[in-house]
Amino acid sequence: MKLELGYIQINDIQFSKECKVEANTLYVDPDAVKAFMYEDDDVKAWVKDFSFDVAKPGESVRITPVKDVIEPRVKVEGPGGMFPGVISKVDTVGSGKTHVLRGMAVVTAGKIVGFQEGIIDMTGPGADYTPFSKLNNFVVVAEPAEGYQDHKHEYEHAVRIAGLRAAVFIGELGRNVTPDESEEFETLGIKEGIEEYPDLPRVAYVHMLQSQGLLHDTYVYGVDAKRTLTTIINPTETMDGAIISGNCVSACDKNTTYHHQNNPVVKAMFAAHGKTLNYVCNIITNENVYLADKQRSSDWTAKLCRLLDLDGAIVSQEGFGNPDTDLIMNTKKIELQGVKTTIITDEYAGQDGKSQSLADADPLADAVVTGGNANEVIILPKLDKVIGTLDYVDVIAGGHAGSLRPDGTIEAELQVITGATNEMGFNRLSAR
Amino acid sequence: MSYKVVHYINQFFANIGGEEMAHVAPELRDGIVGPGLAFNQAWKGEAEIAKTIVCGDSYFAEHEADAKSQILEWVKAEKPDFFLAGPAFNAGRYGYACATICAAVQDELGIPVLTGMYEENPGADLKNKILIVATANSAAGMRKAAPAMAKLALKIMKGEKLGASCEEGYMPNGIRKNFFEKKVGAERAVDMLVAKLNGKPFTTEYPMPSFDRVAPNPAVKDLSHATIALCTSGGIVPKGNPDHIESSSASHYGEYCIAGVQELTSEGYETAHGGYDPVYANADPNRVLPVDVMRDFEREGKIGKLHDYFYTTVGNGTSVANAKSFAAEYAQKLLQAGVHAVIMTST
Amino acid sequence: MVKEIERAGIPVVHMCTVTPISMTVGANRIVPTIAIPHPLGNPALSHDEEKALRRKLVERALEALTTEVEDQTIFEV
Repeated sequence: MKLELGYIQINDIQFSKECKVEANTLYVDPDAVKAFMYEDDDVKAWVKDFSFDVAKPGESVRITPVKDVIEPRVKVEGPGGMFPGVISKVDTVGSGKTHVLRGMAVVTAGKIVGFQEGIIDMTGPGADYTPFSKLNNFVVVAEPAEGYQDHKHEYEHAVRIAGLRAAVFIGELGRNVTPDESEEFETLGIKEGIEEYPDLPRVAYVHMLQSQGLLHDTYVYGVDAKRTLTTIINPTETMDGAIISGNCVSACDKNTTYHHQNNPVVKAMFAAHGKTLNYVCNIITNENVYLADKQRSSDWTAKLCRLLDLDGAIVSQEGFGNPDTDLIMNTKKIELQGVKTTIITDEYAGQDGKSQSLADADPLADAVVTGGNANEVIILPKLDKVIGTLDYVDVIAGGHAGSLRPDGTIEAELQVITGATNEMGFNRLSAR
Repeated sequence: MSYKVVHYINQFFANIGGEEMAHVAPELRDGIVGPGLAFNQAWKGEAEIAKTIVCGDSYFAEHEADAKSQILEWVKAEKPDFFLAGPAFNAGRYGYACATICAAVQDELGIPVLTGMYEENPGADLKNKILIVATANSAAGMRKAAPAMAKLALKIMKGEKLGASCEEGYMPNGIRKNFFEKKVGAERAVDMLVAKLNGKPFTTEYPMPSFDRVAPNPAVKDLSHATIALCTSGGIVPKGNPDHIESSSASHYGEYCIAGVQELTSEGYETAHGGYDPVYANADPNRVLPVDVMRDFEREGKIGKLHDYFYTTVGNGTSVANAKSFAAEYAQKLLQAGVHAVIMTST
Repeated sequence: MVKEIERAGIPVVHMCTVTPISMTVGANRIVPTIAIPHPLGNPALSHDEEKALRRKLVERALEALTTEVEDQTIFEV
């Protein structure tokens, strides 16, 4: 399966009556985006209103609480459309050609639905920790309809769909634009791969998907990941939005839809493909709340690794706490199949860094990459403008009573920052 | 004004002699001796070694208490800003002496310390207690070790914030510190896996911990007269979370009276836990803290009594050290209250 | 946490869904429960059925507390 990504660099976003991408600038009419989002019945039912804003790198702007971050893309050649099974109809994506509006994102924000949405600072120390401070963000702030408190799951769904629709609307504007740059990614069949690279180690990416509950979910072609068995997916499918986030676990290590679209492991594996390793495929496996599910899913992961005759696997996690067990179970079982692993996680070592970092452990997990200690405390300065609301800073995961100080600064753990300790290895942050 | 440093070295580095002179007793000299020169040069006047203490390795090992008290006395009198020892490389007794005397100076005089040695030196056992710079395994490594130690020492003297162990060159001391790597995590993972696949050396960024074990206590003999307490890490709290227990990374635990409470209702209780879907626990908190069935058992005489208080924390993102100290604290309360056994529930 | 209570000299039973973590951290008496969001319940059942289920689980925990163990033991329900 071969996919070409054509990157259209977006350096600026301007509100305008005419919607277009021209000279690396996105011109967009918020009312048109709003109308497109409201075409969905659930959005209509649960979102009272939307407001829009733009946040650019370096501006004194704080976006919070952030729900999801999505990169606008459009399928210009090949089967299927963006976010298959959710926005587009179900069809296998990942081949042909896709245009990417690079350098920007759609950020959904607004009144909290769980405990756990985060902060994106566009400048200052907080900006160093979130990759989204480097993007031009088209921010969609949702205001829930009356009575949403008793229908949090429905509201979460509505805001999720709204964000994806906004991204699809904007992505569509790049359909007829000539990309600034393009790149090709190809995954060979099993036998072809062996013939092409007979001497390279066969490596897969074991991609763990958060699936603990309705506010902690991931969807694959529209299927709730907690109702899936471990399976195989082409890396390029993820570039076309086959996997989306419906996840509200703590902001620092939840994989936003943007992370799924721009999966850094996929990127790093393709970069090494044909040189130091043969990148076979992705294995997706869930992180459920029942022990039997954990056992079944990790058994299945190990089974697939063996069946694919892998030499190695990179395992990435999402979330923390009991998913640490999924991570350790996967790793241990894969290693016991004779397949060597490296795992990517993050740490909860306490504010003083003295505590044990993971809830579970095993000596076979001897090659660990860490995204850093999420408990480390950071002081965020007061910024000139807030998109969204500061009402929830004290209660989001990583915040505490008094996090928002009278002078407008925020004292909280890194946990509050969207994407700060990402467990796909998106960032340079680490710990020792 | 430059910082004042006292330096500790052994008889070998003081040019007194090798093994045959290892019995010499501690001696206080003015200014630098031996490797002290390299440190003074590296500090370029910002710090300076005022005194050097020389002690034979065997003497320290065989007369540890005497050597220690003599050295502490000298250091105390000198009132230095910093105490430096070694580097000891792979010399076992020297390394032990450096680490031990550093720990004593740090603990008893409150003066910041630093030593350096090879990772397998027995003195490195104290790396979680004092800062130790990792060096080569022979004195040939002095050219690299001295500047590294000097740099770190100066940073500490200036009161600057220390970075992660791998940035600063000290041995991992069990305190996790964030820093920015040159490559992103995914690239590091690919590099690490390729090294592992090719049988090349690689360093895990997080070594797996080992866990201590506590032997099980004897069983409860007679349930019908036993007081049983309920505890949970599932964050069950009175409605409105009066003590503001954090949804994640909790900084305190809750202690709540349930005397007379027959069951936990959704009107009276909820969860503060941010790590799991709270809908089910909020609808019926007994699903996390089974007060209702415990009351039934109490009525039926199956258990003597349900303890009047329950203890609650949020397990989510709460550091193990915090969780440990919460439990250690309320375990004492339970003990004093005469509780015979505990049911701990987790989500 | 369980370990600290044990260390204080009080026998303790850990009721949890993710028993592997409980094993790793060193609980001695372990009773597996239903699911992380509702360890001692199941919203799919009627109120009475659910309470009966909870009773069964807690009964098992009491049995664990009255059983001498030498090593980490999972009391399957």
